[in-house]
Amino acid sequence: MRGAKSAKWVVGAIVVALAATACGGGGDDNGNGEAASKEKGKPAGYVSIDVGEPQKPLIPADTNESLGSYVIQSVFTQLLDFDAQGKIVYTNAESVNSTDSKTWTVKLKQGWKFHDGTPVTAESYVKAWNWYANIKNNQQNAFWFQDIAGYDDVHPEKGDPKSEEMKGLKVVDETTFTIELSAPVPYFEYKLGYATFAPLPEVFYKDTKAFGQAPVGNGPYIFEKWDHKKLIQVKANPDYQGPNKAKNKGVLFKNYATVEAAYQDLLSGNLDMIRQVGPKDLPKYKQDLGDRAIDQPYAAIQSLVPTFYSKTFKDIDPKVIQGLSMAVDRDTITKTVLNGTRKPATSFTPPGVAGNQDLGTDVFSFDAAKAKALVTEGGGVPGNKIWIQYNADGGHKEWVTAVCESIRNSTGVDCVPDAKPDFQTDLEARDNDEVKSMYRGGWVADYPLNVNFMRELYGTTAEANNGRFSDKEVDAAFKKGDNAATLEESIAAYQEAEKLLLTKMPAIPLWEYKTNGGYSKAVDNVTVDFHGDYNITDVTVAK
Amino acid sequence: MGRYVARRLLQMIPVFLGSTLLVFSMMYALPGDPVRALAGEQTVDPTQIAAMKKNLGLDLPLWHQYWNYLIGLFQGDFGTQIASGRPVADIITEAFPITVRLTLFAFTFTVLVGISMGVFAGLKADQLRDRGLLILTLLLISVPSFVLGFLGQYFFAFQLGWVDPNVSAEANWDELFLPAVVLGSLSLAYVARLTRTSVAENLRADYMRTAVAKGLPRRRIIGVHLMRNSMIPVVTFLGTDLGALLGGAVVTEGIFNVKGVGWNVFDALKHREGATVVGIVTLIVVVYLVASLLVDLLYAVLDPRIRYA
Repeated sequence: MRGAKSAKWVVGAIVVALAATACGGGGDDNGNGEAASKEKGKPAGYVSIDVGEPQKPLIPADTNESLGSYVIQSVFTQLLDFDAQGKIVYTNAESVNSTDSKTWTVKLKQGWKFHDGTPVTAESYVKAWNWYANIKNNQQNAFWFQDIAGYDDVHPEKGDPKSEEMKGLKVVDETTFTIELSAPVPYFEYKLGYATFAPLPEVFYKDTKAFGQAPVGNGPYIFEKWDHKKLIQVKANPDYQGPNKAKNKGVLFKNYATVEAAYQDLLSGNLDMIRQVGPKDLPKYKQDLGDRAIDQPYAAIQSLVPTFYSKTFKDIDPKVIQGLSMAVDRDTITKTVLNGTRKPATSFTPPGVAGNQDLGTDVFSFDAAKAKALVTEGGGVPGNKIWIQYNADGGHKEWVTAVCESIRNSTGVDCVPDAKPDFQTDLEARDNDEVKSMYRGGWVADYPLNVNFMRELYGTTAEANNGRFSDKEVDAAFKKGDNAATLEESIAAYQEAEKLLLTKMPAIPLWEYKTNGGYSKAVDNVTVDFHGDYNITDVTVAK
Repeated sequence: MGRYVARRLLQMIPVFLGSTLLVFSMMYALPGDPVRALAGEQTVDPTQIAAMKKNLGLDLPLWHQYWNYLIGLFQGDFGTQIASGRPVADIITEAFPITVRLTLFAFTFTVLVGISMGVFAGLKADQLRDRGLLILTLLLISVPSFVLGFLGQYFFAFQLGWVDPNVSAEANWDELFLPAVVLGSLSLAYVARLTRTSVAENLRADYMRTAVAKGLPRRRIIGVHLMRNSMIPVVTFLGTDLGALLGGAVVTEGIFNVKGVGWNVFDALKHREGATVVGIVTLIVVVYLVASLLVDLLYAVLDPRIRYA
């Protein structure tokens, strides 16, 4: 009896619930599956974007992934930033000068304040940088400070730091400090735009852990709240004096379980901006969003990196690698397999970085006959077989298979995709020199300069050089660029080095990344910077 | 009865230890170093990685790590996440209530709709409505939940505009309705079929004939005599299903953007956050154990011939 009776009640309840939700959700939709903003819990004037949970606490020098950087960039402002052309724009700095590329003098703008009201001084920078670089504090980006004289004292290879301060940093007065480097670096100023060089207020040192959960910065936005794995909310800083003052009232960084879910919320008006459209929706997103679809390359490059310790590529003639490069049909693969989300590469550096040049070569264009000829000329591939290692969790399988197909068809060299289950395993194999012959590499600009795409990747001692490429001439060419007197000369020297790389082939550049995102009708002025990130402060709420 | 319950509770201890050890060693055996992966393709400083591992106790041998974990657990400490540095207990307290809500919703839906559909069909076995139910449930069983999820989103959110396609951060009851229905529909099919068969069979039983012969009202015959005996297989299924719903909602939670347990386990696995995975799995194991104990105890209520010493 009990069972039957309650069952009736519940069926009734479900009908009522269905009816209730029907009333609640309808009406707003304008018929073609797209609605204006009706986002729940979003204060008026705020904009929202799908930026997932930052991996680590929000400390500038401990964040190197794009999700955390988004938030860091909104809460903190460094000395300088870059415009769409990759040119320097001073934000917190009045000027950054050097006569010898070794000693740099930084003058700060007057009257800047942290969000807790304390002033931003030279001391705020110097003390923060010393803290970041200290090995005891284990900051992910500590190595960014290694150009500064005295870095080894605070960050020794082994053991405890010998000093708490780097001797290269000196406070001159309230708003001036000097940076002395251990060797001249003509492009050091560019590095200062990286999020890691942010200043810290005094409150940080009292409780670093609490600060990481609720940062107090000097940036265009003031931190409001962090609902872990759900959203981070920041509000515009009314007293901000930098050029990138927020044009909206605040931002919600929302975390989505999948890109598909985020895309659906964009369509239904529950989200304003999406950073990347998922593969499922790529074929139709331009149709769905019209001129609100974003399709723009940014300063990042994907390449195949031969491992020069492997049996396949040990003491190889670079001609073979040139041949393999010409065997990849970049145009077709980017158009079909990658749905137009990439743009074929034409050099080792992407456009959008200073010093990017036309190498005037056909090494990056598809030519099956010439590819085969070059491989044969260079003595062929040992074992006539190569492997391309990739991580299966990153959506690389399709294009790696296509690249292999292309190489096999044009040169007759057998090519096998070598999947590692995830990025961790992939990285482990690279670190331990266990890559069979090639891996898929990817590099996003830290600063918009051609140097960043060569020195960090192909220098013999460069730590991100997992292909273990080593060449005396190349090292010398890089050194020439590092020792140049001015930034312009340095860029030019690296342009020469790039031409040299073309004859050495430390990697096969494949394509540049593109931002394939979009925004809703609720916002305007959505633009992309050289990182491929949205310029959040410029976004305005549509009238 | 009391002794039986006590014995069952004691048995939980080795099961608990065994399952945590298993999950723990599986996480340990997986290739890929979570601390190293934090740096991605950027420069790696081996000194720093070593220091971080030392701080987290990840440089110790497996048995030692497990021992530390157990000791921590008894002090109410579920461990710390590697990347975020947050206590795992926080993550669990955030994720569990949402999934519990979703599960309860799905479970209620399964029980009520499933059983009533089963009884409805079982009373008139092999007639049109019975056939209809069999076809419907066959469909539900054979369609994967992600297809059902996307279809539901497409029709109810985009075509009809009744609901929002995703569950927002608050995870309100009305938002959870669609995911709960999708999540519950697979078990719904099983519950309906189990009930239908068992009702159809018991209809021909002797005690049913006796009840009819005694001239009892039809409502009492079906409601008490038939239902009570037909529920035993269904209750068995529901007991284990509760655990499965809690743990196995990964796909559904992904589609509808529910930040619950399933999604968190998936996320933690991706980042090799061992402590998080072990913590959540441990709780799911406990839920399973309690649910199966409840099922066993319910047997005695449903069928007085079953008695526990």
